[in-house]
Amino acid sequence: MAPRFEARIRIRSDADIVAARRQGRALAEQMGFSSTDVTVIATAISEVARNIVQYAREGEVVVSATREDGRDGLTIVARDQGPGIADVVKAMQPGYSTANSLGLGLPGARRLMDDFEISSRVGEGTTVTMTKWQR
Amino acid sequence: MRVPILKQGEYLIASIQSALTDQELSQLKDDLLDHAGRTRARGVVVDVTVLDVMDSFAARTLRSLAHMLDLLGAATVVVGIQPEVAFAMVQLGLTLEGVSTALDLEEGLAFLQAKAA
Repeated sequence: MAPRFEARIRIRSDADIVAARRQGRALAEQMGFSSTDVTVIATAISEVARNIVQYAREGEVVVSATREDGRDGLTIVARDQGPGIADVVKAMQPGYSTANSLGLGLPGARRLMDDFEISSRVGEGTTVTMTKWQR
Repeated sequence: MRVPILKQGEYLIASIQSALTDQELSQLKDDLLDHAGRTRARGVVVDVTVLDVMDSFAARTLRSLAHMLDLLGAATVVVGIQPEVAFAMVQLGLTLEGVSTALDLEEGLAFLQAKAA
């Protein structure tokens, strides 16, 4: 399943969070997502990109158009080589946060998207892959 | 970019002009607290009409701004949340607990006036 379009945004500061969600919004609009879904996608990107800035300092967000079983989707991959998450199950619980934030970031992004996967290894980093399918 | 803060009578109006970084949003919070204290404002309107995303950071910043202004004796009203943004906020599980909201600037000012009366 090769992506038909891909944009890669380096995440190093809070300004990059805005750049990432702008890219995601542009692609979602181009793919014909509803304005509600465009906003939902941009919001999910904001949360995962902020997670990178907050916990790993730097990483990347890749947004791409994908197709699977005849469906079009927009996939977001947020990747970092940060400290990793010791307890992923716990991190996915709303309200759990180690950085004095609301702890809504990852569980919130999962609720916003259709598919959500997270893999993390302590000392190696975290990768979040999430997709919104076109209705 | 710094968000301009206008004074109208006893009220302050901050109209966000473009997407804001976390830092710019925090700056707005500091500026509004500073202005509200100096001008003895009774109320503050934050116009978020142009914001296409209200994520957990933005919601948290607005909530703490409203609580801090409340301690200074000023009411806060957030105006202009777009329907799509409201949808995404609810999906995300965000609330603006303790923050008053209104449809637009006019409604926001009317709300503050009614509150002061």
